[in-house]
Amino acid sequence: MMDTTPTLAVTDLKTHFFTKAGVVKAVDGVSFEVKAGEVLGLVGESGSGKSITGFSILGLIDAPGRVVAGSIKFKGEEIATAPEERQRHLRGNRIAMIFQDPMMTLNPVLRVDTQMIEAVRAHQPVSASVARGMALDALSLVGIPAPESRLRNYPHELSGGMRQRVAIAIAFINKPDLIIADEPTTALDVTIQAQILHEAQQLCAKTGTAMVWITHDLAIVSALADRIAVMYAGRIVETGTTAEIVGRPYHPYTKGLIGSVPSANRRGERLMQIPGMTPSVMNLPAGCAFQSRCSRRGQGCDAEQAVTELAPGRLVRCCRPLVEEVAL
Amino acid sequence: MSATPIIEVRGLSKRFVKKLDLAGRIAAQLGSGQREETVHAVDAVDLMIMPGEVVGLVGESGCGKSTLGRMIAGILEPTVGEVLFKGQNRATLDDTGARAARLAVQMIFQDPSASLNPRARVDASIGEAPRVHGLVSSRDLDAYVAEMLSRVGLDPSLRRRFPHQFSGGQRARIGIARALAVKPEFLVCDEAIAALDVSIQAQVINLFMDLRESLNLTYLFISHDLGVVQHIADRVVIMYLGRVVESAPAEALFQSPNHPYAQALLAEIPKISTTKRTFHPVKGEIPSPLNPPPGCHFHPRCPHAMARCTSQAPRLREIAPGRLSACHLNDA
Repeated sequence: MMDTTPTLAVTDLKTHFFTKAGVVKAVDGVSFEVKAGEVLGLVGESGSGKSITGFSILGLIDAPGRVVAGSIKFKGEEIATAPEERQRHLRGNRIAMIFQDPMMTLNPVLRVDTQMIEAVRAHQPVSASVARGMALDALSLVGIPAPESRLRNYPHELSGGMRQRVAIAIAFINKPDLIIADEPTTALDVTIQAQILHEAQQLCAKTGTAMVWITHDLAIVSALADRIAVMYAGRIVETGTTAEIVGRPYHPYTKGLIGSVPSANRRGERLMQIPGMTPSVMNLPAGCAFQSRCSRRGQGCDAEQAVTELAPGRLVRCCRPLVEEVAL
Repeated sequence: MSATPIIEVRGLSKRFVKKLDLAGRIAAQLGSGQREETVHAVDAVDLMIMPGEVVGLVGESGCGKSTLGRMIAGILEPTVGEVLFKGQNRATLDDTGARAARLAVQMIFQDPSASLNPRARVDASIGEAPRVHGLVSSRDLDAYVAEMLSRVGLDPSLRRRFPHQFSGGQRARIGIARALAVKPEFLVCDEAIAALDVSIQAQVINLFMDLRESLNLTYLFISHDLGVVQHIADRVVIMYLGRVVESAPAEALFQSPNHPYAQALLAEIPKISTTKRTFHPVKGEIPSPLNPPPGCHFHPRCPHAMARCTSQAPRLREIAPGRLSACHLNDA
């Protein structure tokens, strides 16, 4: 029997930013779980709060932002309120993050080996030469050719795809239990993106690492993730397995998002479009944040939306879900 | 359909040369072996675009697709080769003809916040070109700008605002309105929707398709997003390291790509699906255009490379009606 404690359990997380112009509720009551070896796709458009959710888990929220409520449990241990020292012990060691821009992770004035050895020795009492060997292994694991010579390079000597692979190797070097990946392939070309997705998939399957893959691209997560959570204006509006979300979305926003992506069988037809744009999280309407763009708007939409479990593990935050409709 | 292509490109090349600075020249004199570096951004490209066609130009970063688009739009001068507009060489036209030809081809850029003057109100940005070129009198200008804005789905009452007061999707529409204001026949869209969110992207794609119908426009749609290109293009041209490797009607290409690079690229399109898939990526990275591999540029990454591929560059030739591919495998 598998260990039933999820690697990550986020419950009712609220991260707010206290700006001069008012309180920005970037993340407002987000709950999800990720089990060992599982890939959760966290999907949303710009400003939906998906990256801030990721940053909150690692304790990377700076002033004027603050995690104001909620619990983040890593293997059963509460980390949202853990002391800074404990968080630092977990960060980079048991929980790692891959950022959109590898130049954010890599120090431009240090060689790759310096940075990788530092990452190992910050958490493990090993000699520099052992750490170097681990760095070498990590680089070959992510498919970098001639890792020995790459170790002596500076980040600017590497191409974008190489850099992202080095950043992924650093994330994996301490064999973490959880990886938060924040749009790691957005800046990359299609063939390089496929290489990175390939490595990530292999690594998760091999090491049993849990992964939260944050992206705006439904096409990528549908190929990669086991489960998908869709975010809109600071909240998760729908959660389910990939097959369920893509095959039979219940929330009108999810359906609109899927319809917006061009696909082969509807070539040349008009794309289904969601009218309007994402509302500013500064002044959301009362009730459902999506109602002004929603075609199913009606009674009950201006009240606070409760999360309902329509099937096991299938959560929807909508009072008028698309339950009766046939699959897309 | 008339038989004259609206745009024809013959043997077009663009080389960017990085000249040596003073220190470099002295070092070279002293025998350091420093030399001028040349990037073959676009290498002898031939292309024909018929009126009313939507041509998708696809490739990864550094393949020269934007440079080619800019030469067609007349923003960059080609190093070698010619661009023909409706059968006439743009370089040899007289002043009036050249101006008309230039106005007829307009470009829409990737980042509308970078291509719109942040200190000019939207009506000034859209209205300047048609007024200067005498397409509309000063008296009618305001109404003309309003018409342009409503054509791209924006509220004309917003025309006195500045670009920063709009969202990304709205700015993209302003960029389109500005291009449309000089009544072009041909639009070069360089990654025009790449920076937008998925739901906004869908709105702008729909707008492009509506405008094509109502204004009878021809597009060269430059993108790295194969899903989008597959959706809107009639014909797709794939570039790799400055050369066209395949050109084919969209449907035929996406069904059975001929060139090994096209096959690899199409296999990697992320598609929405209900099942997980395993990725089998092409190995290696795009070589530097400063020092492209000899012969076929793709041979170091190609699974079918033969001895001949390393020395002889394959010619782009017709393999089926309307389909061109540059690969030695087609000779076998």
